[in-house]
Amino acid sequence: MSGLHAGRSRLRHLRRRAANSVMWVVAVLCVLAAILPLVLVLYYVIAQGASGINLDFFTKLPKPVGEPGGGMANAIVGSLILVGLASLVGLPIGILGGVYLAEFGNNRFAWTVRFLADVLSGVPSIVVGIFIWAMVVVPTHRLSGMAGGAALGVMMIPTVMRTTEELVRLVPMSLREASLSLGATHWRTVFKVVLVAAKGGVVTGILLAVSRIAGEAAPLLLTAGSSPFWSTRIDQPMPSLPVQIFTYAIQPYDDWHRQAWAAALVLVSLVCVLSVAARYVTRGRFRMVR
Amino acid sequence: MISTSIAVQPGSLRQQGDHTAKVEVEHLNFYYGRFQALKDVNLTIRERQITALIGPSGCGKSTFLRALNRMNEIIEGARTEGQVRLDGEDIYDRDVDVVALRRRVGMVFQRPNPFPMSVFENVAYAPRIHGLARGPDLEDLVEESLKRAALWDEVKDKLKGSAFALSGGQQQRLCIGRVLAVDPEVVLMDEPCSALDPLSTLRIEELMHELQQKYTIVIVTHNMQQAARVSQETGFFLHGELVEFGPSTTIFTDPTDKRTEDYVTGRFG
Repeated sequence: MSGLHAGRSRLRHLRRRAANSVMWVVAVLCVLAAILPLVLVLYYVIAQGASGINLDFFTKLPKPVGEPGGGMANAIVGSLILVGLASLVGLPIGILGGVYLAEFGNNRFAWTVRFLADVLSGVPSIVVGIFIWAMVVVPTHRLSGMAGGAALGVMMIPTVMRTTEELVRLVPMSLREASLSLGATHWRTVFKVVLVAAKGGVVTGILLAVSRIAGEAAPLLLTAGSSPFWSTRIDQPMPSLPVQIFTYAIQPYDDWHRQAWAAALVLVSLVCVLSVAARYVTRGRFRMVR
Repeated sequence: MISTSIAVQPGSLRQQGDHTAKVEVEHLNFYYGRFQALKDVNLTIRERQITALIGPSGCGKSTFLRALNRMNEIIEGARTEGQVRLDGEDIYDRDVDVVALRRRVGMVFQRPNPFPMSVFENVAYAPRIHGLARGPDLEDLVEESLKRAALWDEVKDKLKGSAFALSGGQQQRLCIGRVLAVDPEVVLMDEPCSALDPLSTLRIEELMHELQQKYTIVIVTHNMQQAARVSQETGFFLHGELVEFGPSTTIFTDPTDKRTEDYVTGRFG
């Protein structure tokens, strides 16, 4: 009897199967370990925050200590404005920079830019805050929404730029050739064909960047400040959810703690809604099937 | 330039003399960095004919095709020497606008490569770029181009649908329609059927016969039967050299060069 069932090879076969099972179990455990904190955080935020959520929270201004009720309408709007301002700064620079790196980035300059972008994405957010504080807040003598937007925008640039670059690189050369061979210039090819083809991935990069900055408190403490009042002027201090959470959480009042949890829940939901909405708006009708 | 060609039934053999030279290539050398991909190629492509280029993989036939609309330029380290004249004008002259050149010399690629847009937008892309038409005129132009590409009847109800929803053969005809929309004079085809099934291939070949009445076509193909079926003249490339060029009937039945004979009889390649 040769072949499939000979003694020695049967033993080896069993050993291989055992090793396979063990590795499978280890991999699954690692996945669970990775998901667990995420689930716990979500659970905790919902459990603690849900009780503080009501209509007032979305429509009213904060109340002074001791007075019950009140909301964070100003901080919610402020956060949206700050994210909008940041996108105004971060998206054009990030996307165009990424396109440059992908299409023309075969030189020393591009290599340097790439390196600096990677370094910048690792810089602690508080340092970016200090930088904008020195560049904007000090000369204008006031904390402002503008400064906050600039700080968040600077933080967006590396993420958006590098993901745009990677995704633009992935667009098949044959699409570029098709466009060029029809007499299109390089820039038109990039904007009408390549970016359209890479849209899905670029949007993912943007969402990652937005999600990251939407939850930042540290740079905003130094730039946008905060305010218990309505503030939609970008040359004035602007309240935001993360800063509000921070302010409320470090106070010794149970009311405020509840408000802080509710704000955390709103912040998480806001990021989720933004992601889903952006995906829906830019969903690819003309997905490439390969 | 006066063309002396007369309307002839597609597929019938025609005398070379009836057709004026459309593209004249003289002493063409091409290099990828240090590697010389084309060695002193000389040949004349005649108007309103189908010229086929055959040869084994890596023999330079695609490189030669791409030299005819300067698509080789987008490759880094590429260098071209010699002359390629379109209607007597050197396309490698410094004053030549490559955008205008590519409008006159269109290209269809090996794999169908429609843009990630609707069927309509695919065809409308190039006319928009060149400002040829807009509004209702553009719609007419798209319809006309798709009709010429023998695709209109199949897609007229799904113009707004994704181009990727079409079959491979339809996609390739869409790519042909996309080229025809700018009304080029020469259409270069780089193994246009290699990714298609036999039936789609047949449709494309029939289409080529029709297009031949209006356009000059140069086709690179691995398929010698295809070259014999569709073309009036054939060139055989080997190691970057044009070994033999002449009427397709001669190349396939009575070649002069031993290497050509070995190749067309299937002894190598």
